[in-house]
Amino acid sequence: MSTIVSLPDQATAKLPHKSYLNEEYGLKSWLLTGDHKRIAILYLISITFFFVIGGVLAGLIRLELLTPPADLMSTDTYNKVFSMHGIIMIFLFLVPSVPATIGNFLIPLMVGARDLAFPKINLLSWYLYVIGGIFILSAMVLGGVDTGWTFTTPLSTHYLNTHVVTAAMGIFVAGFSSILTGLNFIVTIHRMRCPGMTWFRLPLFVWGHYATSIIMILGTPVLAITLVLVALERTINIGVFDPTKGGDPLLFQHLFWFYSHPAVYIMILPGMAVISEVISTFSRKRVFGYTAVAFSSVAIAVFGFLVWEHHMFIMGVSQYSALVFSLLTMLVAVPSAIKIFNWSMTLYQGSITFETPMLYAFGFIGLFTIGGLTGIFLATLGMDVHLTETYFIVAHFHFVMVGGMLMAYLAGVHFWWPKMTGRMYPEAISKLSAIVTFIGFIVTFFPQFLLGYLGMPRRYAAYPADFQVLNVFSTAGASILGIGYLMPMLYLPWSLIYGKIAGNNPWQATGLEWQIQSPPLTENYVEIPIMDHEAYDYEWLANKTVHEVQTVG
Amino acid sequence: MDSQSIAATHGELVGGVDPHSHPAFLRHHFETVAQQREAASFGMWVFLLTEVMFFGGMFCAYLIFRNWYHPAFVAGSNTLSITLGTTNTAVLICSSLTMAMAVYSAEMRRRGQLIAFLLLTIVLGLAFLGIKAVEYKEKFDLHHVPGPNFSIQEFVHPTNPKAIPLAPDMAEKTQIYFSLYFAMTGMHALHMIIGISLLFFLVAKAYQGAYTAGHIMPIENFGLYWHFVDIVWIFLFPLLYLISRYR
Amino acid sequence: MSEKNDPEHQEQHIVGPKVYLLVFLALMVLTATTTGVAFIDLGVFNPIIALAIACVKASLVVLFFMHIHYSSRLLKMTVLAGLFTFLLLITLTMTDYISRAWGMW
Ligand code: HEM
Ligand SMILES: [Cu+2]
Repeated sequence: MSTIVSLPDQATAKLPHKSYLNEEYGLKSWLLTGDHKRIAILYLISITFFFVIGGVLAGLIRLELLTPPADLMSTDTYNKVFSMHGIIMIFLFLVPSVPATIGNFLIPLMVGARDLAFPKINLLSWYLYVIGGIFILSAMVLGGVDTGWTFTTPLSTHYLNTHVVTAAMGIFVAGFSSILTGLNFIVTIHRMRCPGMTWFRLPLFVWGHYATSIIMILGTPVLAITLVLVALERTINIGVFDPTKGGDPLLFQHLFWFYSHPAVYIMILPGMAVISEVISTFSRKRVFGYTAVAFSSVAIAVFGFLVWEHHMFIMGVSQYSALVFSLLTMLVAVPSAIKIFNWSMTLYQGSITFETPMLYAFGFIGLFTIGGLTGIFLATLGMDVHLTETYFIVAHFHFVMVGGMLMAYLAGVHFWWPKMTGRMYPEAISKLSAIVTFIGFIVTFFPQFLLGYLGMPRRYAAYPADFQVLNVFSTAGASILGIGYLMPMLYLPWSLIYGKIAGNNPWQATGLEWQIQSPPLTENYVEIPIMDHEAYDYEWLANKTVHEVQTVG
Repeated sequence: MDSQSIAATHGELVGGVDPHSHPAFLRHHFETVAQQREAASFGMWVFLLTEVMFFGGMFCAYLIFRNWYHPAFVAGSNTLSITLGTTNTAVLICSSLTMAMAVYSAEMRRRGQLIAFLLLTIVLGLAFLGIKAVEYKEKFDLHHVPGPNFSIQEFVHPTNPKAIPLAPDMAEKTQIYFSLYFAMTGMHALHMIIGISLLFFLVAKAYQGAYTAGHIMPIENFGLYWHFVDIVWIFLFPLLYLISRYR
Repeated sequence: MSEKNDPEHQEQHIVGPKVYLLVFLALMVLTATTTGVAFIDLGVFNPIIALAIACVKASLVVLFFMHIHYSSRLLKMTVLAGLFTFLLLITLTMTDYISRAWGMW
């Protein structure tokens, strides 16, 4: 049942005198901070920077594909542009997007702790991220990489004379930043929960991040060693992946996808974590089947390690093994489906309101469902032979990564913006941006399913004239999508100064983080809270007396 | 101790004589020393998990190529010096013992003993690296380092009369063996070098008495790291040095 | 303050020199054994024995030098998680390598 709560304090809300934002001033106080909230903001700014670069590159790709011949740029340049787009978007935007910003900000708040377990390591992880980013940027500035984000050997080791090693080192370093983030989360979730915060009282956001962290810790090092081997192959010719010396390029694929398939779950689980919070809050109901959703996150993390070979079906792997992996891949869709069903059941008979985060969340559910279901197509062996390396794949992973994760990221940013900054963004325009994003997305990527099915291969600058109509749709959609993303980048900073004061709990949500002032104090809680109710207990919120535990500093 | 009792102890701390009676090394965001200690050791173990997978990728590659090119692996392995390899294994096990004893000394709060064991660990670690360097040098001299100077001469026409000559195409595959040999032992040596550098730092801090007043976490965690590096070698030794030695 | 069967927490346990010395001796003996056995032709059992001995040695180090024997269940699970994922990597990769040539002759 849904419970309507109306808290009186929002209209008269004032910004607190003291918060983590004004505790100290100056660049140094930010760059040397140990505060997880400030580090989250640092991450927010830096990933937005890389998102813009990746977005511009995406725009260039779509412009080139507006017309059939390779006319805007040479084919070599095109290869570099899509490679850099993929590398930047995946390793510098999607992987850290929700965990390093929203997760960093919220996990200590949600478990009732003053900070992550290792604040200095948290700061270190941001610096590693920046160093990795600089490596990748310099690879781009020095002349680019044209291997695709997948670094396929022996293409990347023997046939290309671009800055593969620099880019690989960038990913290596950025990978360690993600390992350290995961490490910090796991230890925090195990060791820093406040009294009464049992595992099954944790918000589902925390469960999602726990599962993500497992993948970060166990998967990323395999990518690291693989890239080291690629770099050694390029520099001193060690030959492990070189068929002319008896090495096996498929081994590279195994090792690469051992990380990179689980990594796609790094890129979706935190999004799912956000969606659980948003859906519950705006339907005023406890998430249906809490335990199932919690365990499905962990199940996704574990099953995610069992399916990587589906990226290699046409590469000459054993057919018998491919059969096993095809089957396992279908299995991994089950926990994802469980989540979708449970969110739908949460909506059922809820008191739904359509605030901006909720609009984004709806976008997520629809688009992720399509993305996930087309994943099943690709998991089917015979179907994959037809669809692999076509635009169908491109559409599939953009539906899950952009339609899924990016929508969820924006849902999260809009949901917790009042908590992070204490200010509200303009409601009408933000709703508009959610709708524009959704429409732009569909127009951009739906035609790509058709293109792929018709046989347009991915990663080429030119294509037969027959495909032009759908490509024009896609490019047109991309420009709508671009506007959709531009809007939050304008009105969110605007709201920092002109936005309405948000108050402690503008959405009347139940999470611990909403019961304290916004923006929070540096130490989060004056006194460590004691959790005495279940997660998403709207009754509890309704009964909560007016006097807040929190004293505003 | 569960979270409830963390709160209870916290209550004691605050309700007791002096709310600021906690030791200086307790960081502000932890409630109790026990919580801090457990977080640190769990964090270290999680880090070691990533290390397992880091080396895991290379072990996986090793397994595949060893099965594919078994004769080349046998031939490559037999060129390694078993004396140096075994000695190095023993040296590393000794260093693990001294490191374990260093942790014990810190627990017993014996500063001198702690420093002595840490220094011993450094010496043993350096001895290991020294022996490794000798082995590497020999490989350079024999042109057994993968790359342009690699030579299969020794495997096609062995100078050792007991060795079985390989056909040239299989002999080429010894390069894969040596690639893995250098990648794995090199990565292991890199971990040793990092470890030894950290040890110098720990000795300096131990000298100031930092770890003999109850705060032994850095020593304990470093010990975990050191033992982990030892474990990697425990596997590298039979896998690289002991393939079909009876020939 | 520690409860006996709480999986996540465990009182700190000081391991003494006696245990360390015994483990050390065992490790040394096992090293000698594994080197010695390598010179005897046992066919397929050579690598099996070598790996078995290495596993025993590694377990000794983990259990006693690294105190896992005295640690909370959480840490024990952590070690097992590493082992498990490593085995996943190996076995699932091997499904490809083992069966790649099946039906190809
Ligand atoms: C829900 C179940 C999912 C299934 C069954 C599935 C299945 C697949 C399959 C079989 C492929 C390989 C296609 C080929 O190369 O021939 C693929 C590619 C891909 N998937 Fe998914 N997927 C799922 C979810 C996701 C999610 C959640 C993400 C990311 C957030 C994702 C991202 C990707 C990416 C990036 C690729 C292409 C990689 C490349 O070659 O560049 N997938 N998917
Ligand atoms: Cu996949």
